[in-house]
Amino acid sequence: MNSFQQLAKFRSYLFQTMEGNRKSCIPLSRRLAGEVSSPDFGWNLNERMISSRVSHSTAVHRSGNFPISPNNRLERAASVRPQHMETGDASDPRITRIASSIRVIPDFPKPGILFQDITTLLLDIKAFRDTIDLFVERYKEKGISVVAGVEARGFIFGPPIALAIGAKFIPMRKPHKLPGPVISEEYSLEYGTDVMEMHVGAVEPGEKVLVIDDLIATGGTLCAAIKLLERVGAVVVECACVIELPELKGRDRLGDKPLFVLVSPA
Amino acid sequence: MSAYKDNDLRIQGIKKMIRVVPDFPKPGIMFQDITTLLLDAGAFKDTVDMFVERYKDRNISVVADSFVINYLTIETREGIEARGFIFGPPIALAIGAKFVPLRKPGKLPGKLMSEKYVLEYGSDCLQMHIGAVEPDDRALVVDDLVATGGTLCAAINLLERAGAQVVECACVIELPDLKGREKLKGKPLYVLVESH
Repeated sequence: MNSFQQLAKFRSYLFQTMEGNRKSCIPLSRRLAGEVSSPDFGWNLNERMISSRVSHSTAVHRSGNFPISPNNRLERAASVRPQHMETGDASDPRITRIASSIRVIPDFPKPGILFQDITTLLLDIKAFRDTIDLFVERYKEKGISVVAGVEARGFIFGPPIALAIGAKFIPMRKPHKLPGPVISEEYSLEYGTDVMEMHVGAVEPGEKVLVIDDLIATGGTLCAAIKLLERVGAVVVECACVIELPELKGRDRLGDKPLFVLVSPA
Repeated sequence: MSAYKDNDLRIQGIKKMIRVVPDFPKPGIMFQDITTLLLDAGAFKDTVDMFVERYKDRNISVVADSFVINYLTIETREGIEARGFIFGPPIALAIGAKFVPLRKPGKLPGKLMSEKYVLEYGSDCLQMHIGAVEPDDRALVVDDLVATGGTLCAAINLLERAGAQVVECACVIELPDLKGREKLKGKPLYVLVESH
């Protein structure tokens, strides 16, 4: 069994930092599903806990630095799998392909973190197109006039969706990136806080908005985006992400806003 | 080449939607803000369409787009900020090419190749995934804006080092006074609008 197949069998809770420079290393609740003595990251183990608080330089694993040419697509880590319930239809073959095109990189950006890398999805032309199509099918003709994308990977998925449904695209950004008048919303991370900004006047009261990001973890970023939009009187119809890390319960932080995701780690 | 000179009617609509913000991010810099273009679904679509029409039959297999910060000096009176990814992905989707993000250090996971490039004060670094681009790939480099050409040149270098052939660079806005066009290692540059 090669290492990627091992990883596919490797069920664990994952963490993710939203951006490399955010201090949002969020430890996951631990679920011990196999025999675990010392927490190392050997890929030949059954099920392991992964903790962000454990920093092991003795990790017995290969790094996730494998070539990502299309020929290797089938060997890529398939640790994200489709799920039911407010997620994409797991029986849709497009979802399966999308899930298998996402690469998981251990110990990035820090030891103990399994990073969900969507850049490999972007190299798979059909998977990328299917991702956009799945969102467009759901949101077209619903009167949505704004797609708000969260920096930076939300900028990859948001604009194509906006173009296809005839909506405007607004970037939700880190501080001091947007010129001109902005409104800001502070939000908490595990350690410290961060700030999200939006242009004043980008969205008008009563406009229906879709918020998009590549992944939802704790939901802090999406929650900040929702607050910004509601402060200007917009109506957030739904949040949409490619990937959800459900154990981090980000969904709960969105209040009454529904969340739609395509895939979720098993 | 610029579409501006081709008298395409859509250009006026596009140019009108680009906002210039003075003294951002620093005093003396005139910031070319494309977010206002994105607020007009029609103008945004026209922008993407113009690139797609140009490239769809040219066998482009990769679209590369960078998301980096560049500051220019007060003396040049122009500046750009970290942005990107907005035009590259829709173009890639429409022409059936893979999309490769180019980013500053610390953002991309896994095995990377880096290209340093020089700013007026100091230098920066652009990174790309090893294996994202293959030796027979034909690449289009997209960016919102070309100023001095430093970022585009770094992107060209990365793609060529990976063995791809860079067919052209495409930007929404050019600041021609900064002569970025001359820094592109002979690659052609196509832009929609110029700003002097």
